[in-house]
Formats: sequence, C-alpha cells, structure tokens
Amino acid sequence: MNSAKRFDMFRMVFSVLIALLISFVIIFFVSDEPVTAIVTLITGPFKSKRSMGNVIESMVPLIFTGTGVCIMFSANQINLATEGGFHLGGLVAAAVALKLGLPAGLSPIVAISLAAVAGAVFCAIPALMKIKTNSPELVSSLMINYISLWLCTFLLMHFLQDPSVGSASYKLPPESELPTLIKGTNIHLGLLIAFVVAVFGYVFLYKTRTGYELRLTGENENFARYSGINIVKVILISQMVGGVIAGIGGSVELLSPIYSRFSWVSLLGYGWDAIIICTLAKKNPLYTPLAALFLAYLRTGASIMARYTDVTLEIVQITQGIIILLVVAEQFLSGMKHRMIAREARASLKDEGVA
Amino acid sequence: MLQNLLSPEFFNAILRATTPILFAALASSVASKSGITNMALEGIMLFSALFGVIFSAMTGSFPLGLLLTMVAGGVIGLMLAFFVLNLKTDEILAAIAINLMATGGTVLLMLAVSGDRGSSTSISNVSAPKIVIPLIDQIPFLGKILSGQNLMTYLSILAVVVMHLFLYKTPLGLKIRAVGENKNAAESVGISARKIQYIALILSGVLASMGGFFLSGGYMNMFTKDMSAGKGYIALAASAMGGDTPVGGFLVSLLFGAAQALANMMQLTDIPHELIQMVPYLTTLVGLGIYSYMGVRKRQKLAGK
Repeated sequence: MNSAKRFDMFRMVFSVLIALLISFVIIFFVSDEPVTAIVTLITGPFKSKRSMGNVIESMVPLIFTGTGVCIMFSANQINLATEGGFHLGGLVAAAVALKLGLPAGLSPIVAISLAAVAGAVFCAIPALMKIKTNSPELVSSLMINYISLWLCTFLLMHFLQDPSVGSASYKLPPESELPTLIKGTNIHLGLLIAFVVAVFGYVFLYKTRTGYELRLTGENENFARYSGINIVKVILISQMVGGVIAGIGGSVELLSPIYSRFSWVSLLGYGWDAIIICTLAKKNPLYTPLAALFLAYLRTGASIMARYTDVTLEIVQITQGIIILLVVAEQFLSGMKHRMIAREARASLKDEGVA
Repeated sequence: MLQNLLSPEFFNAILRATTPILFAALASSVASKSGITNMALEGIMLFSALFGVIFSAMTGSFPLGLLLTMVAGGVIGLMLAFFVLNLKTDEILAAIAINLMATGGTVLLMLAVSGDRGSSTSISNVSAPKIVIPLIDQIPFLGKILSGQNLMTYLSILAVVVMHLFLYKTPLGLKIRAVGENKNAAESVGISARKIQYIALILSGVLASMGGFFLSGGYMNMFTKDMSAGKGYIALAASAMGGDTPVGGFLVSLLFGAAQALANMMQLTDIPHELIQMVPYLTTLVGLGIYSYMGVRKRQKLAGK
C-alpha cells in the first residue's frame, strides 16, 4: 500500500470518528441521559443474539444497493434510480409470490428474476433519456423514484391489498420465503446472495473488458470516445446492471423472513444509503460488505438507543451526512497528506544517498 | 370537472402551488448561472420550513421569523459553498449529505422543541398573511386570482423580476454569469471565481429558504415531517427546463404548479389518488424529456444535419 492510499484510509477513519463525535455532542444537547444513550448506541448491538442478527440482516439491502451504485457511479452517471428500482423489485417479488402460486424453490427464483428485469428496465429510463434527449439523469432519476413509489402504492392498494390490515398486501405464502441460515435470528439466504453480488460487481468492474471500458468512460468520456469505446452502449449497460442488482436487492429483502407482507408505502431510503456505502467503499464493490457492516451496526445501535432512551433514530442521518461531507472533501487534511508524502520522499532520497 | 378547471379558484390554487417551486427554481437558477448545481435545495427548504415555524413562534412576528429563516438559509448555502469550493467536495455528494442531515435533523430538532415527531402542531407559529389588493380585487374573474394571495406568493413573483434584473442588469450579475460560462476566462480578467460562487450559493440558500418558509407558514400552517416532498428536486428540473433563467424558471414553475393544483383537485374525482399523486412528477419527467430533446434538435439543425 503506498502512502497516498494509506493516508486515504486514515482520513476515512478519522472522518468517521469526527462524525461520531459530533453526533455524541448533539446527543448531549438533546438528551436527558446522554451517557446511557451513547453507551447503548455503541454496545447495544452486542447485547443479544437477536440484535447481533439485526446487524447482519440490515447489511443485506445495503450491500445490494451499494454495489449497484458503485457500478452506476463508476460510469460517472449520477443516476439515483436505485431507490425506485429497489422499491419496484420488492413489489414485483410480492406480486409473483402472491399471484403465481409457484411451488417452493421455484417461487423465489422466478420472483427474483422478474424483479431483476424490472429493476434493469427502470434504471435504464434515466440512461435512455440521457442518451436520446440529453436530459440530466440526476433530475430524471429523482422524478422517476417518486413515480415508482406511487405506482407501487397504486398496485398494492388495488391488486394486492389485504382489506383486513389496511395498507399492506396479503400474507406472503411460505413457498416464497427465503430460508434462514442461523436459528434464532432472521439471517437469511439473502446474505449469501448479497456476497455473491458484491464479488460479481468487483469482477465485472475490475476484471472484465466491459468493466474497464465503463471505468474509463467514467474517468474521461472524451478519451474513451476517441479510444473507440461505444459510450452509449457502456452507459446503458452500466445503468442496467446497477438496476438488475437494485431489483434483486428489493426482492430479496421482501422475500426475507423480515417481511411477511408487502407494506412499503414510502421510499425506504436504501438508494441514498447506497451513496454513503459507495463513498466509503471508494466505488469498489468488494468493500461494500465492510461499509454495510459499519452502517448496519450504527443503525442497529441507534434503533436500540431509540427504544430505551429519549434520543431518536434520526440522529444516524446526521452522522451519515457528516461522514459523506468529510470523506469526499478532497482538501480535508490535505496539508497533512502533503507533509506525509514530502517526508517519505525525503526519507527515500536519504536512503539512496547512503547506498 | 371542466367547470372547476375554468374557475378562478383553480387559477388561484395554481399560483399558490407554484410559489414554493418558484422560489427554489430561482435559487437553482442563480447557482447554475454561477456554474454549480445546487441539489441541496431540497434540504434547505426542509430545514427552513422548520426554522420558519420555530423562529416565527419565538419572535411572535412574521417578518422577523422570515428574516431569521432567510439568514439560516444563507448560512446553509455558505456551508455548501465552503465544502464545495474550499474543501473540493463533489457538489452532488455534498448536497446529498445536506439533504440527509435535513431529513434527520428536522425530526430531531422538532422533537427537542415541541416533543412531537410527526408535526409541529403544538408550536403556535405566525404564518405569512394573505393580502387583498384594493381595486384589483374588484375585477371580475381576475380579481379572484390575483388578489387574496399569500404575501409570499407576491414576493415570489417580485423575486422573479428582481433576480432577472440582478442577473442581467447589474455588474455582479454579469460576473456570476461570466464565472458560470467560463471560469478561467472570468479569472483572467480579474474576477475572483470563488468569491462570486460563494455569493451565488448564499443567495441561492436565501431564496430556497423563502420557499421553505412558505411551505410551513402559508401553504400549510405547521411543519410536518418530510414536507418538502421532492419540491426542491422538481425546482431543479424547472430551472433546468427554463434554461436556468428566472423568467424561464417562472414559466415552467407555473406549469408544475398547475400539475400540482390539478392533482389536488382530482382528489375529488374517482381516479385513484395514488395515480393523481404521480401527476406532478410525471409532468416534470415528460416536460424535461421534451425540452431537452428540443435542445438536441436545435443544435443538430444549427450544425446543418
């Protein structure tokens, strides 16, 4: 590892610590029992097998959307449709599970596959609009996320709704549920699928020709074009692969033992979480499980804290915001980086002089 | 239905629904003219909607509450500028961070101030007053549209004129546009691009905060969780479609305001309300596509293809 990379690591850890510190200060201001709250936040997830399970379960959707966003952003496309793609994936999975009546084993496979297709088509819309009409994908993807939300809510309320429970679908049949891996927790097969997807994302981005073209396009579109790369194809593929992963993520989450019905009537925010995962993982899908573990731990700790003390869960969003701000701030601690590199350069010069 | 569409009340509702989007669209246009996409509009509006309630309740006065909210909006704009310009943070990621903090921070703050986490009903805020314009309110039909609007609505239309004059008729406006057009060229004639972009982003924050204030002190009379509901993003689209000019942004904001007002009115019909909720976003998406496509065609024509 060279010194620049080592410094990046240090800066990231330092940013996270600062973000946590600021959050603790806020807790001191808003809470009557700040010390208990902070201790609960940090140690809460270790208290029981169940809450440790919670950490692992909540990693799953984060790994999916994080990997999807890594691929989409690597092509320098700020497409935020992951959020809507995830939502749509959940709805498609619920519809397949409830309406097709397939046998166990086949049902989740069909549900996940169709959700993948739905996610790909959905995330391709902003990319197609960019290619055909030059509309900024940032704005169009923000809009279609809301369209996805209301479309899914419409389909839920008119085709899947269980009138006895209000705004939720009928109970999903046991045939469609993903099996749990560890008894006493909800850790399910989805975790393994998520790991496979993260590894796939890494191989796709860093070990294939298309992945190389994709990253090159992301770094310098003009250079890529003059090198003979088909930009249109690369952009479309990157957004569709990201969409496939988002769709799979939504369906896996819904078919997991955590949900017994489709009850998503607001956007869940996994698309936005994905951006912090992607930032922490430096756009490398291989690191998304680690970033997801950190965020999931923080979330679980915060929800335990919200249950037992007077601090609300929303504090985590502030922590996340500060982390993003500091980690992507190129000039943050740049003076220190500069000195470190200069010192190493001097040291190596001295070594050469001795030899 | 058709009768409702032609009623003065409907046009009145269009102007009301346009107001928050218009403020934010103006905020977006001044930032874009200086060369920065301000996606933090959404978060600034959400923060300001809560600040408006808190400040106007604290001071017991609408003008003071609005003023303090505008200051707060400017400070958020300043913060964004500091991260983007000094610390070289990606502007989109910085905006996403601010929006995230707004979603969480407003709930946290509201809980601390009012003890409620859904809405601020327990705080008695002072909303912007409705203004009846004498003489104009006597005109048949038009009077009912133009008079009796919220003060913020009039301010938003005034802001279009002011921003147009500011951007196109003042030296500072010229500098903002010069920096946005070509940063290096502007610097070569002695304009400090960083200073100009700081000013543009602070101004953008102030304008967006006025839109946020209207949400909780005019459009509604309280703050509710996540009440900006993507209006900042819609404004981003409105400004982009209006060529980032104040007047263009105004016209497109009117279109989106109409879509919103139409959606509100259609709730009285048999059409499922989930589909109606989709109307403003769908209008924006289709409008953006058509507008951008026209731009592409125009360029192709100019290139002689």
